Amino acid sequence: MNVFDIQELNLWYGKFQALKDVSLTAADAEITALIGPSGCGKSTLLKTLNRMNDLTPDCRITGSVRLRGQDVYADLPVNELRRRVGMVFQKPNPFPMSVYDNIAFGPRTHGVKSRLALDETVEKSLRSAAIWDEVKDRLRKSALGLSGGQQQRLCIARALAVTPEVLLLDEPTSALDPISTGKIEELLLTLKKNYCIIIVTHNMQQATRISDKTAFFLLGEMVEYDNTEKIFSLPRDKRTEDYVTGRFG
Amino acid sequence: MRAVFFLTALVSVLAVLLISLFLLVNGLPALAKIGPLEFLLGREWSPSDVPPLFGILPMIAGSFYVTATALAVGAPIGLLAAVFLARVCPPALYRLLKPGVNLLAGIPSVVYGYFGMAVLVPHLRGSILSAGILLGVMILPTMTTLAESALRSVPESYYEGSLALGAGHYRSVFRVLIPAARSGMLAAVVLGVGRAVGETMAVIMVAGNQPRLPHSIFQGVRTMTANIVIEMGYAAELHREALIATGVVLFVFILLINLCFSALNRGNT
Amino acid sequence: MKKKRLKNKYPRKYGEILLGAITWAAALLMTAVLLYIIGFIVYRGAPYLKPSLFSPTYNSTNVSLLPALVSTVYMTAFALAVALPLGLGAAIYLAEYARRGHKVVRLIRLATETLAGIPSIIHGLFGMLFFVTYLGWGFSLLAGVCTLAIMILPLIMRASEEALLAAPDSYREGAFALGAGKLRTVFRIVLPAAAPGILAGVILSVGRIVGETAALIYTAGTVAQMPFAEGGPPLIDVFASVRTLSVHMYALTREGLHTNEGFATALTLLAVVMGINAAAAWMAGRVGKNRS
Repeated sequence: MNVFDIQELNLWYGKFQALKDVSLTAADAEITALIGPSGCGKSTLLKTLNRMNDLTPDCRITGSVRLRGQDVYADLPVNELRRRVGMVFQKPNPFPMSVYDNIAFGPRTHGVKSRLALDETVEKSLRSAAIWDEVKDRLRKSALGLSGGQQQRLCIARALAVTPEVLLLDEPTSALDPISTGKIEELLLTLKKNYCIIIVTHNMQQATRISDKTAFFLLGEMVEYDNTEKIFSLPRDKRTEDYVTGRFG
Repeated sequence: MRAVFFLTALVSVLAVLLISLFLLVNGLPALAKIGPLEFLLGREWSPSDVPPLFGILPMIAGSFYVTATALAVGAPIGLLAAVFLARVCPPALYRLLKPGVNLLAGIPSVVYGYFGMAVLVPHLRGSILSAGILLGVMILPTMTTLAESALRSVPESYYEGSLALGAGHYRSVFRVLIPAARSGMLAAVVLGVGRAVGETMAVIMVAGNQPRLPHSIFQGVRTMTANIVIEMGYAAELHREALIATGVVLFVFILLINLCFSALNRGNT
Repeated sequence: MKKKRLKNKYPRKYGEILLGAITWAAALLMTAVLLYIIGFIVYRGAPYLKPSLFSPTYNSTNVSLLPALVSTVYMTAFALAVALPLGLGAAIYLAEYARRGHKVVRLIRLATETLAGIPSIIHGLFGMLFFVTYLGWGFSLLAGVCTLAIMILPLIMRASEEALLAAPDSYREGAFALGAGKLRTVFRIVLPAAAPGILAGVILSVGRIVGETAALIYTAGTVAQMPFAEGGPPLIDVFASVRTLSVHMYALTREGLHTNEGFATALTLLAVVMGINAAAAWMAGRVGKNRS
């Protein structure tokens, strides 16, 4: 079932057009990877899905982005949208507070007050993000003391704690070592059963390892979108072929 | 030339040493003659009595009450105004407000004093409350400027992370950015305390200056700073030394406050 | 897996509105207070800004502020003449010569920080004990100048050091590559680049001096006269007791008879301070442009 349905999306930063006529759907229980060289618009597209682009001044869009049929720019309050569409950033950004408070921040924001419910959510989210065993003894200590890979999994747990339907990940492993990267990829494959996951990645091996669908972007245009296998073995477009075989980018 | 530059750099060290030395040499004898406990904890200041009484507890209490009132008035407004400037204010408004804050910092204390005498004193008389309100306004720009830069040094990624979880703008600012900037904002308040304790002229003009332990904030008090300025003009011998010793006590308080300030600032970076 | 979603409700909406309201209220309140103070001083002072207020000599009928104004100008100029070379020299040492983290450097920084935090009344006490009594200068322009110079020294040092450090290293490398010596590089290349920042610090210091009272009452005294020696201007008597505008205002409240003239003086002082602030803002703007 399609969770996100993007139709003819155009986006401008001032006079610069960063996305051109992008149409794309992302389904439940699938990982969709967005690939392409820097500045191709893949991160920009990700930000339009939870409206983080609202923060950029002079940003204008046309076309439609629908989350389960609701237009995210018209029918949904922005905070509700962001609760339903979680996001994990390129650089781990745990808040400078305890591990527990990091996870509990989201549920508290959305009105959960009961101690019991919070405890339960924190444990469940940390377990889902496969980091519970590593932090269960230091829930009250600052999250900034964790390693980079742990911090990123903490951020995933934090996103899961508000029970989103979609997870957006913006190059989540580009700042991490190979071992941490492996753990996060493994985690994403487990999480995919319950979520619609969209991941921006620079790393084509990563796309082939974990994603079901892949979209290739170039200069704001979505060149090709298909099953991952197809994109990497039998691309229809010459530019896609050049990119995945490493001839540019 | 390197040596010349080095010598000029040592001037500030020399100045601090000389200031400490001259205050101590001129102030400590009085402390010895009067007795440290009688001086610091004495409840009576009456230099013209026979024998004279030199207890500065009323002045220490005066400085304390006035500063506390100033904080109660100034800290919430100053810190919230910093939040406004750093995270809420539209850029066009910022270009007007920021110079306004700087101007508030640049208004001389005597001008504040005149304002206080004409606006506060007729209603509240010379009292802790008058002095507290006036000082609260005077320390606003100090706290606002420092707290604003503390807030601005918080990484933007915290704010984005909070928004991405569905938190609103103000919740993100108050629950994520402010806790992250906490030590810098606390340092701003501490610097405000330092300003308030050291402020002299404006306080003299609105605090009433009675050297007694107050029972309510509607009563007049005399601060340590006021005590020095008011009586130094005609004081002689032990009286004069006792006033300098008041300066020593003030100096020690200020050094402690500054110590807190730099400790907090270091914790921040 | 059963999906228990958080419900779509907005318990925090009112929290957002409330927090927004108090933030705006604080900013509004601060603006209102500033406008009220300025408006009040203008309202009370403007009607009494008469030509007699600017007579060359002070007496208790005309309450002239001109001697105080002239003394303020001299006080400011002399204090800068003492503090600027010292502060600049110290900043050059710290920025261009000193090894970071060295013990002496840490001591200098600690002293500068301490000096910056000392309230003006303590500076005044020290000035009285050292310059007035110990050195025997009496209440005098000179004692006031030296006291103020110590007071503004950390301000000038900090502004100058920041300005020097902001000058890009490529300037220095470029000069060294041409065979210029360290000193020549500092004076001909780095210092000119840092000039706007240093000037901003100077303007700030001028503001401090003009507004200062507590440090001057018992160092420069409170005599309302021009600081000129018997031969008249341009000869200056540095041992004459003078009062600056701020001290003048304070002295007027002690007499209690000239409140209106006091407000007129306050208005004059406020105008001077606003001018200084505008100059500082303009300078800071130029510094910003230079950097970008």
